[in-house]
Amino acid sequence: MSERDSIKEVLGKATKGDKAALGRLLTIIETSPKKASMVVSEILHEEGGAHVIGITGIPGSGKSTLISRLISHYKDKGLKIAVIAIDPTSPLSQGALLGDRIRMQEHATSPNVFIRSVPTRGVKGGLSFSGVTMIEVFDKLGYDKIIVESIGVGQTDIDIMNVAHTIVVVTTPGLGDDIQALKAGIMEIGDIYVLNKSDKPEANKTYAYLDFALDLGELGGVDKRGWQPRLLKTSAIMGEGIRELADTIEEHLDYIRSSNKYTEKIQTRRMLMVKLLAEKIFLEKLEETAENSGEVRLEKDNNLYQASINLIKKVSRELERE
Amino acid sequence: MGGAADILELIKEIRGRRIKVLVAKLGLDGHDRGAKVVARALKDAGMEVIYTGIRQSPEQVVETAIQEDVDIIGVSILSGAHIPLMERLISLLREKGIDDIPVFLGGTIPLPDIPKLEEIGVDKVFLPGTPLYDIIKYTVEAVKKKRSRGN
Repeated sequence: MSERDSIKEVLGKATKGDKAALGRLLTIIETSPKKASMVVSEILHEEGGAHVIGITGIPGSGKSTLISRLISHYKDKGLKIAVIAIDPTSPLSQGALLGDRIRMQEHATSPNVFIRSVPTRGVKGGLSFSGVTMIEVFDKLGYDKIIVESIGVGQTDIDIMNVAHTIVVVTTPGLGDDIQALKAGIMEIGDIYVLNKSDKPEANKTYAYLDFALDLGELGGVDKRGWQPRLLKTSAIMGEGIRELADTIEEHLDYIRSSNKYTEKIQTRRMLMVKLLAEKIFLEKLEETAENSGEVRLEKDNNLYQASINLIKKVSRELERE
Repeated sequence: MGGAADILELIKEIRGRRIKVLVAKLGLDGHDRGAKVVARALKDAGMEVIYTGIRQSPEQVVETAIQEDVDIIGVSILSGAHIPLMERLISLLREKGIDDIPVFLGGTIPLPDIPKLEEIGVDKVFLPGTPLYDIIKYTVEAVKKKRSRGN
């Protein structure tokens, strides 16, 4: 059987609801860019109309527990839910300990829920490529809600959040210097801000500060086309504020569906997929080529800039040969 | 046995091959120090480890293995219920057609139970006091064996 045929077979089974086939399909996407492209070319002609929800925020803010509550909420409505839970790879050992699932295990055996842990791995662009491609697959397979959980650090995370239709940023009370702790990068990208663990005593104070910052436009800004970022209080562990959060997420979905933004995001996602795959292929080859070219001597007539250009040329020659 | 150089060799083998391990606490048993130590050691050896958390049913473990598409499953049981739990787990793996995934077990297992567990289909049993190196080495070899059979 040819590679393409075996991919078609796995995809066919996954489409019929075979979870083991879907699990294998996601592994294919993670491990081989070439096979991943074959998968994409099989599914791109259709889209499923899924709502992609990005949930980000610092480690320990309760994202996984919150997602578990959202899953329960969506399950009750009869929806199909996929979760892509991103956890960091250790730069030292290349290993990863993926623990996001722990909080969601009550849903492990639900027929309408599929949870996949994704390590960030070393190669730049790699995570985003497989993450974005996984979104495409879940969309094609008819999942209604695709929830992407990430830690909100680094460009790969920002990339993957940008393809989400709705971005939820989670924070908690008592992060020290009030707003200061929240400013780093991700606090600007949210459509919805969630103050989780709001059962804690210092929650009201943090809420007041966040509310003030939101008013000043320091958290996200008003979307040019009219979405005013919201601030909500939840306590995932107590199950409080979940319905309000789900309602606000739906409100945002209505907004993006009515403003063309929904299709725009799909376009962004697909453009990004090409860019990220190019990045992945190039960087992997660059690493390999650089390693094999041995010592590069910098001399008068072989300056740093020229040496880099030569390396790039070598990489493209080798890529062309493949 | 278990020199630093051997471990480095193993780590080299793992890189590029990306071994995905599911570490599971099966049954009504909250003692997860051992499972966490093993999970950490496998991670430090370069593997991708998914930890389920405590008090999992065999159904949850099997579904997790399916969704995560893991290479191998490590189970920790200190409750004494290892025989019925492992029987159920392995028959579920068979039912789902994924019994090519090797399963190893760690915990307080009485020696006389080991042959029975092997008969059920447990690939390897680790008793208290096992050096982490042995577990890492076993994991790499078991996955290698599985992959050479599978592909």
